[in-house]
Amino acid sequence: MADKPAEKTLIDIVTESDHVKDLKGPELTGEINVPRVEEGYAVTGNYAHVRPYPAKPDIMDSLGFPETIVDNWEEAAIKRLGELLEKYKSLQVYLDICVRCGSCTDKCQFYLGTGDPNNMPVARAELLRKIYKKYFTTEGKLFGRFAGARKLDLKVLSEWYAYFHQCSQCRRCSVFCPYGIDTAEISMAAREIMDAIGLGQKYTNMTIGKLLEVGNNLGMNEKALGATLESMEEDIEEEDGFPVKLPLDVEGADVLLVTPSADFFASPHVESLIGYAKVFHQAGISWTMSSLASEAGNFGMFIGNYTLMQKAATRIRNAIEQIKPKRLVVGECGHAWRIAYSFWNTLIGPFDSLDPNYPAPQHICELTLDLVKRGAIKLNKEANDEFTVTFHDSCNVARGTRMGTRPGGQFTIPRELIKASCNKYVEMDPATTMEKTFCCGSGGGLLTDEIMEVRVAGAMPRMQALHAVMESDGVNFMALICAICKASFTKIMPKYGVPMEVAGGVHQLVGRAIELGAKE
Amino acid sequence: MSGLTLVFGLFFYVSLAIFLGGFLGKIWQYASTPAPLKIPQTPAPVTAGGVGIRYLQEVFVFKSLFKGNKLLWVGGYLFHLGLLFVLVEHLRFIIVPTSSILNFLVAFDLYSGFVLLAALVFLFILRVAVDRHAYISLVNDYLLLLLLMGIAGTGLLSRFWSGGHIRAHIPAIKAFVGGLVTFHNIGAVPTNKLFLIHFSLVMLLLIYFPFSKLMHAGGIFFSPSRNQVDNPRERRWTTPWVKVRPTATLPRLEREAAAAPVQVAQAAPESTAEA
Ligand code: HEM
Ligand code: SF4
Ligand code: SF4
Ligand code: SF4
Repeated sequence: MADKPAEKTLIDIVTESDHVKDLKGPELTGEINVPRVEEGYAVTGNYAHVRPYPAKPDIMDSLGFPETIVDNWEEAAIKRLGELLEKYKSLQVYLDICVRCGSCTDKCQFYLGTGDPNNMPVARAELLRKIYKKYFTTEGKLFGRFAGARKLDLKVLSEWYAYFHQCSQCRRCSVFCPYGIDTAEISMAAREIMDAIGLGQKYTNMTIGKLLEVGNNLGMNEKALGATLESMEEDIEEEDGFPVKLPLDVEGADVLLVTPSADFFASPHVESLIGYAKVFHQAGISWTMSSLASEAGNFGMFIGNYTLMQKAATRIRNAIEQIKPKRLVVGECGHAWRIAYSFWNTLIGPFDSLDPNYPAPQHICELTLDLVKRGAIKLNKEANDEFTVTFHDSCNVARGTRMGTRPGGQFTIPRELIKASCNKYVEMDPATTMEKTFCCGSGGGLLTDEIMEVRVAGAMPRMQALHAVMESDGVNFMALICAICKASFTKIMPKYGVPMEVAGGVHQLVGRAIELGAKE
Repeated sequence: MSGLTLVFGLFFYVSLAIFLGGFLGKIWQYASTPAPLKIPQTPAPVTAGGVGIRYLQEVFVFKSLFKGNKLLWVGGYLFHLGLLFVLVEHLRFIIVPTSSILNFLVAFDLYSGFVLLAALVFLFILRVAVDRHAYISLVNDYLLLLLLMGIAGTGLLSRFWSGGHIRAHIPAIKAFVGGLVTFHNIGAVPTNKLFLIHFSLVMLLLIYFPFSKLMHAGGIFFSPSRNQVDNPRERRWTTPWVKVRPTATLPRLEREAAAAPVQVAQAAPESTAEA
């Protein structure tokens, strides 16, 4: 501490943080209690001190943002907000029409977990709305604080930095809002404004940098990737005795699989990759991954930056042009599936070169379940008899995408697939699943250790619901279809005294159950 | 025309102009701001008709609010229902030969006025009493509820409080308001104080409307998470403000392209030779 520079920069002030090292989640009781706002207006932010590391100047520069907070940042922020208001209907309408009814106030896992009133979705949105009112509305100019209008100053900016990084953009609040106000849209806009004035978050921006430089979030080049896949093939053959391949950059393959790069090395992610490979192998589908598109994820969405998101997505288009596949399939990843399903067609479409008989893109669960139903692959449920399984709906999949042709296919298709892979399946409390699912607590760019305190707190509702079925039904496996969920749960479960092996992928179950070898 | 009639007449037209101009201006703004990406909150309807049904549920039964908070739903629903009835019943001051449906509805106005006021009081109590609601409430939120209570209260008083002496003024009120609305034969403004207060509060509400959260009444229809059809794979959605798209992105691809400029240079003369 002694050798700290005396002069604090703006960045230092705004991002100042206490990082707690060793922390545990609250005791698991199976109940999700709504915290009380302690002293009304008096308490503003018992979690204000938890702030992520700021992005370094070189990263900011490489993404086209100012290196550090610019001198005229207030002006620059208002200007950027004005531009966004003209570009995003969501932002314009949502900033105007919230009636502060309060329906969303007890819906966010970060409020439930932290008890910090600024984590109520409407309060989070007000952090930006009050600036909007001050600079853009007659009501705010006339009534000032009565209308909730406030001048943009360093205090507001540091609140933004704290609380817009305590939102995983999970959209849970929007389900319960009479107008569908989606606080994720507001937090994306706020992050975009912060980046535009030179205040970025390290984890997200560094990851986007690697994605744009090398092609995946890990910064793994094509040689390293190829070597990893090869050694994995050897492992599978050793274990199962079948030459299951993990092909890379095979031009002319029928299926191009784009999957989160965590699938290449992280645990339990690799198990799902092996699962996909076995499915393709057994169904006899020619497939490949691509070193150009070695990442399904795209953190450009987290910072609300259209340009970067589109730039990052363009790798997929390049890979399609190179491989010339007939089908485009996406692996298990929540935000990636949202971008793929909802945005790719807009960002990099149309996919005219692909076979129109298949949806483009297609989710791996859609593909696998279809094969199971057509009898092209067989699953032996007994292989998973050691597990009693439950399913965590990843919020990005649940509230921002679909699978299949009917609304709600994103709920039924993974469940059908799980039930086809195991004998014992249990649902968690319906108030915590499907469209009402809770986030794992680490989505939306929060998967970084310096804000562990927020992540552990944000996981509380899901952990309570999981605990309840572990106690009542002996659940010992929570199936996931999101790389971030997998990474976060394996880390956070132990902090609640739950073994990390309880978290795993849907295709991990499929991979264990699939019958390899000659078909009858 | 007396000076007072002129003042209140102008008050009416200015308020109405601000309301209509402001409201339509806001709607124009919402309608013309682009929605760059598909962001329906799923599970969402996969057809336009389905979106229509989603809206009927949201507008007529406040479905999402019902999922979110039952107490609020009761208060909010009764308030809006009361408001709707009261508004329709007010047509009797404007439409001179009162129609039979209207007469039927007017029979309820006893209840609707009280329901309206009671619901407003209930919503006010929720704001004060529930810790989370108190935390997020702004002064303006309370003031708006008080304004509405003022309107409902003065309205009810005119009907049920003989001290208000409004009975005798009814024909005059009809002549005045009816005239204002039809721009025709505007009667002298009734001098009943209760009426003038009631009337003025309504004008304040009209003026405040387009500048405030009351725009939820129009804005709800422009909420992209609710009004979009969930069909991004089936139908390509485009971003109006994106004119050029990036082509190659990875530096690796750019390097490869830079390392092989020969092919491009060769291809050109060949094709010209052919042509
Ligand atoms: C399309 C028509 C409308 C719809 C669908 C609608 C819907 C809603 C909903 C769902 C709420 C939240 C629940 C609540 O807090 O009560 C609300 C609140 C409110 N609405 Fe409306 N509304 C409409 C029109 C109006 C109009 C014309 C007014 C005019 C006065 C109005 C005044 C209010 C007020 C004052 C609140 C806030 C109540 C409070 O403070 O708790 N609404 N509206
Ligand atoms: S539910 Fe919607 S309208 Fe109500 S306070 Fe929350 S964001 Fe505002
Ligand atoms: S999007 Fe999710 S994390 Fe963000 S405020 Fe809403 S409920 Fe909370
Ligand atoms: S990590 Fe999983 S649970 Fe969290 S936001 Fe992403 S998809 Fe949702």
